Amino acid sequence: MSFDKPDQDERGGRGGRSGGGRGERGAGGAGGRRGGFRRKRVCKFRTEKIDYVDYKDVRMLSQFVPERGKIQPRRLTGTSAKYQRKLQVAIKRARFLALLPYATD
Amino acid sequence: MAAQKQYELVYIASPDATEDQLTELQSLVEGIVTKANGTIDNADVWGRRRLAYQIGRHKEGHYVVLLFSCAGELVKELDRRLKVNDTIIRHLIVRVDEELQKAARAKQRRDDETRRRRVARGLPPEPTPEELMAKQAALDNQDDGEI
Repeated sequence: MSFDKPDQDERGGRGGRSGGGRGERGAGGAGGRRGGFRRKRVCKFRTEKIDYVDYKDVRMLSQFVPERGKIQPRRLTGTSAKYQRKLQVAIKRARFLALLPYATD
Repeated sequence: MAAQKQYELVYIASPDATEDQLTELQSLVEGIVTKANGTIDNADVWGRRRLAYQIGRHKEGHYVVLLFSCAGELVKELDRRLKVNDTIIRHLIVRVDEELQKAARAKQRRDDETRRRRVARGLPPEPTPEELMAKQAALDNQDDGEI
């Protein structure tokens, strides 16, 4: 079920943040799968029933914008295509209003 | 008369602006909107906030969010007036009525569906207080795990 291409697993961009807590659950089911574990990703907007992606909600948006300022791709966050499109617009609006950075280094 | 549409305006005033200048800005925008038969539906002053990056020489800004309804032609005029204003360092006008309606419809559909399913399972359409409490507790636990 939680089958993913193994090459994606090495990109621990998300794994680092979510810590080991969720990984244990995956370990129980999948056994000795190579290259770390991957939790089943779900779209935040669908599970939490957020219909309107608000560009003013910085706390919500910043979950999808890591330190560097780039928008997290949906293969890492699990956001559905529909909401990734909305999220993209919302983040860009938030950037224009200096609520989020364009880039940081 | 053109149909009314709902817009959201966010403007960032300079942090050096005095109270008077801020109220003046507020009445300026209100004046433009009401003069064209528009209505201000909601005003939300966030106040001073750190900017994520410098705009000009500013590192902070005074944020104000306005929700208003008016005819589409007004937006162009409002946009121009805001651009000219020196105390406003940035502003954004977004049309929101369609998006908000869509969201409200989606919520409505989902709630109806939930009620229908609950009735089909022989439960009352609305969740009982005990169920709500149990759900809230489960959510709280989940949040702990996440962080």
